[in-house]
Amino acid sequence: MSSRLINWFKFSSPATFYPMAGRIIPWAAAIAVVLIAVGLYMSFFVAPTDYKQGEGYRIIFVHVPAAWMSMFIYLVMAFWSGLGLVFNTRLSAMMTRALAPTGALFTFLALWTGAFWGKPMWGTWWVWDARLTSELILLFLYIGFIALQGAIDDLRRADRAGAILVLVGVVNIPIIHYSVKWWNTLHQGASVSVTKGSSMGETMLITMLIMTLGFWAYSIATALARARSIILERERDTTWVSELAEVKR
Amino acid sequence: MTVSEFFHMGGYGLYVWASFGVTALLMIVEPILVRHRRRAILQRIARIVRMKTEEQR
Repeated sequence: MSSRLINWFKFSSPATFYPMAGRIIPWAAAIAVVLIAVGLYMSFFVAPTDYKQGEGYRIIFVHVPAAWMSMFIYLVMAFWSGLGLVFNTRLSAMMTRALAPTGALFTFLALWTGAFWGKPMWGTWWVWDARLTSELILLFLYIGFIALQGAIDDLRRADRAGAILVLVGVVNIPIIHYSVKWWNTLHQGASVSVTKGSSMGETMLITMLIMTLGFWAYSIATALARARSIILERERDTTWVSELAEVKR
Repeated sequence: MTVSEFFHMGGYGLYVWASFGVTALLMIVEPILVRHRRRAILQRIARIVRMKTEEQR
């Protein structure tokens, strides 16, 4: 029995993870390019014009995937932070750090595209409603995490402090998700739900899902690539790093 | 649909292209920054390795 179990801790060793990530990145990047290309084509040429919002609604095809990724990446960071605090694995903190800039990017894009959607449809770039405000707090959490990592010189302390910040901040994720239910918001309610299915047209939904999967693959590729740089930065004095083919060249 | 109609987006051109444009820009810039970071650390490690081998001589 025990021989069939995978030793997950093996993958938490940077020396094992580094080459593995290197093999995944080209695939994830290729999948991202293909899916986003197909998604963009469908966004503009396949998805029909909305009967209420005309062509303006097409912003949904970047807005919703970016907003979903902004929350999903934070949850993945919280997962790694929890693992890091419990098992004290070095890789966890490196993954959390690697994900943060990509998460911040998608949070910014969710807010930016939201503003450019809100202006023509609601008549305002910004309102302090619960959905928009909680998403802005998410951006501050990402920026706060990145700033905290930069402010603490001792790596172990920085990792622990960062993990705790991420775990405390995770309370914001359900607030973002349920904000449109709990409060009266200018932001509309969810059009896609796990329990009730979708209230949008099928082509729109498929396009949005393709874009989301493309953003997902993009996040995997960039986060893994950044994680590899972080591993090199931290392990620069080790033998395995000095013996890498890309260093010897 | 003509090209100018396409870019006009039924009057929503500014909003649609500002959304898609900035998204595209950032998602192109980020991988470039990641690549720069990798190049920088690889150069640094190459220097460290060279220094070590020179010390051993």
